[in-house]
Amino acid sequence: MTEATAHRPARPNLAAEEPQHLSRGKVGISCLIITESFFFVCFIVAYLYYIVILQVEDGGPDPRDLFRADIMVYIASVTLLSSSVTVVLASRALARGAHDRFRAWLAITILLGGFFLLATILEWTHLIGEVGMWMDTSSLGTCFFSLVGFHALHVVVGLSALSLCLLISLRGRFPEQQAERFEVLSWYWHFVDVVWVFVFTTVYILRVYT
Amino acid sequence: MTTLPRTSTTRTQAARPGLLERVHEWVVTVDHKRLGILYISAGILFFMIGGIEAGVIRYQLAYAANPAVDPVTFNQMFTMHGTTMVFLVGMPVLLGFGNYLVPLMIGTRDMAFPRLNAWGFWVFLFGGLLLYYSFIGSSGLYGAPGAPDVGWFAYSPLTTRAFNRGNNVDYWTLGILVSGFGSMATGINLVVTILCLRCKGMKLMRMPIMVWSMLVTGFLVMIALPVLTAAQVMLLFDRFLGAHFFDPQLEGSVLLWQHLFWFFGHPEVYILIIPAFGFISEIVPVFSRKVIFGYTMMVIALVWIAFQSMGVWAHHMFAVGLPPALNAFFAASTFLIAVPTGIKIFNWIGTIWGGRIIYRTPMLFALGFVGMFVIGGLTGIMLATVPFDWDVSDSYFVVGHFHYVLFGGTLFAIFGAIYYWFPKMSGRMLSERMGKLHFWILFVGFNLTFAPMHVSGMLGMPRRVYTYAPDRGLDIWNQLTSLGYVVQLVAILIFVWNIIHSLRKGERAGDDPWDAWTLEWATTSPPQDWNFHPLPEVRSRRPLWDAKHPEDPDHEYE
Repeated sequence: MTEATAHRPARPNLAAEEPQHLSRGKVGISCLIITESFFFVCFIVAYLYYIVILQVEDGGPDPRDLFRADIMVYIASVTLLSSSVTVVLASRALARGAHDRFRAWLAITILLGGFFLLATILEWTHLIGEVGMWMDTSSLGTCFFSLVGFHALHVVVGLSALSLCLLISLRGRFPEQQAERFEVLSWYWHFVDVVWVFVFTTVYILRVYT
Repeated sequence: MTTLPRTSTTRTQAARPGLLERVHEWVVTVDHKRLGILYISAGILFFMIGGIEAGVIRYQLAYAANPAVDPVTFNQMFTMHGTTMVFLVGMPVLLGFGNYLVPLMIGTRDMAFPRLNAWGFWVFLFGGLLLYYSFIGSSGLYGAPGAPDVGWFAYSPLTTRAFNRGNNVDYWTLGILVSGFGSMATGINLVVTILCLRCKGMKLMRMPIMVWSMLVTGFLVMIALPVLTAAQVMLLFDRFLGAHFFDPQLEGSVLLWQHLFWFFGHPEVYILIIPAFGFISEIVPVFSRKVIFGYTMMVIALVWIAFQSMGVWAHHMFAVGLPPALNAFFAASTFLIAVPTGIKIFNWIGTIWGGRIIYRTPMLFALGFVGMFVIGGLTGIMLATVPFDWDVSDSYFVVGHFHYVLFGGTLFAIFGAIYYWFPKMSGRMLSERMGKLHFWILFVGFNLTFAPMHVSGMLGMPRRVYTYAPDRGLDIWNQLTSLGYVVQLVAILIFVWNIIHSLRKGERAGDDPWDAWTLEWATTSPPQDWNFHPLPEVRSRRPLWDAKHPEDPDHEYE
């Protein structure tokens, strides 16, 4: 090789070169969803193992007494699941360039998610304050607070990202070229909702009605 | 026509920036090549530390009833040795090679998420430093200082507060948790890069096997690591919030920890070996001057291994006393996973068969890999037999087995890869004379160390016990093992000297010193910024063969 009098090559036009067949954002978020699913599976398995299968009795309250007449959690679940519909409507509006509709649907999505979070906060206040449960009081406490808590944490992350999008949109316009990024975020939001379906079934149905 | 850029521009050597500026450039870099080198260098550094810990173990076991090392220190040494070698050596070095090579091999400019890539490296490094900080910082409220001493799989109830009053388990948990985030980021990054950024004509079935192995590894990381993360989070909840997951005194289950840990742990050993399969699949054809034998079958075997690796974890738990049906299932699935692995071995032999073999250092390590990995694989099949496992479980037989797989397998492949790709990374060749010396001394030392372990294990020597009685017939086997350590140490020193010496005085490599066929050899050594100008386009599995032999290109046969 000759040590040619070379110069540092110029920065190529990366965006123009990128192959278009698959979107990095969508594949990336799918990978993240797979990874996170396995994380949640572990906590669901722990709940199923201790509470549903072994039915450990260590002095904690019985889940049947706790969750049987819990109307709030049904309302909250419906709210959270319907926010999956509104986020799609927001995403479609943005892709069409209808910014007012985008803002409206996005705001409704955030309100629905916020209501779910509020319901969780009320439930936890009740369980911790009045029933006197926490992670260290019983196996139910351990499994319940870790599983529902990690789901709630994901709701918080999703809501923060959605609120950031709303803020950007209110301070001008959410750039239409970034519509795909919003779609990627909406996939994450769907994931949070789907996880709730499994958490709900595990916590509020399986052990309560069997 | 296949179009390949054959530019020969190298970085300007004239105006070298100052030291501070160069360090700054490395710290802020998002370039996959630099991050790859950082990963590999950090891994080699941790390898030295883990090797020193192994030295302490072998020094203590060099003769019976040796009073040199106290039991607590011994526990810390084998815990840190195992944890370091798995999480801070194996994973970063292999993922580092993936980082460096994948974008070059698929003809693109960088990873899909360069900043995430940099974040992954630094998070891994600080996770490692956090783990090692435990040596000085883990005394906690109860004053039990020192490194983690619960073994690399940290079984409960050893990790409960009652039995571990200091903070060393917390350092172990947090260190691995944090570096695990880095691994997950890199795993996702590899998968997205390979799926989204291949150059024109690089169909999935035209990718080098190395890239396939990284794709499969990326998926395994995505699936296995979050399970470890969840288990570690549960352990932290147990230790800090008083949760009841794994503490048997609080109705927790020690078995749940074992299931979660090994559901991670078994795919993890494939995370450590599948990239090594990739290295060997690149080195063997080039030094046999033949195309890889059975490309399609090699790819199928990789994917098959990855899927099945998620269904064999309980073979680590035969001694627990699971129901016989479960034991039988996991024994059978473990036997079955030997089939795709065997396919790969036979395909490498098929590649070598009838080739014009060139015995350069990378090829020596590749051949060493094939031989040693077969031995490790066969003892693995012995261990999959439940009654035999009951006999030797937790003995040195197991230690011998997994060192044949991870040292004779993974580490030999890593050395082969270093000798093979060092010219690409640095622009200079490693010394062939020292390389051959390194290989042969290591080969002898390796077998001297780990072969006797099978015997001492069958004679009844348990692993993780700091001493042994003089009248059990164990002395000679342990002395051979300790002697082997010294021989290996010589080999490793030769390797380090070879690296340092060749970086400054090594022969210039040129773009393509091995007359190889994959895309990384189409650019300069070291590769220029942005890798290719313009991006390449391929029409077969061996784009450089097509470029060098336009009269007889591969794409006419594939």
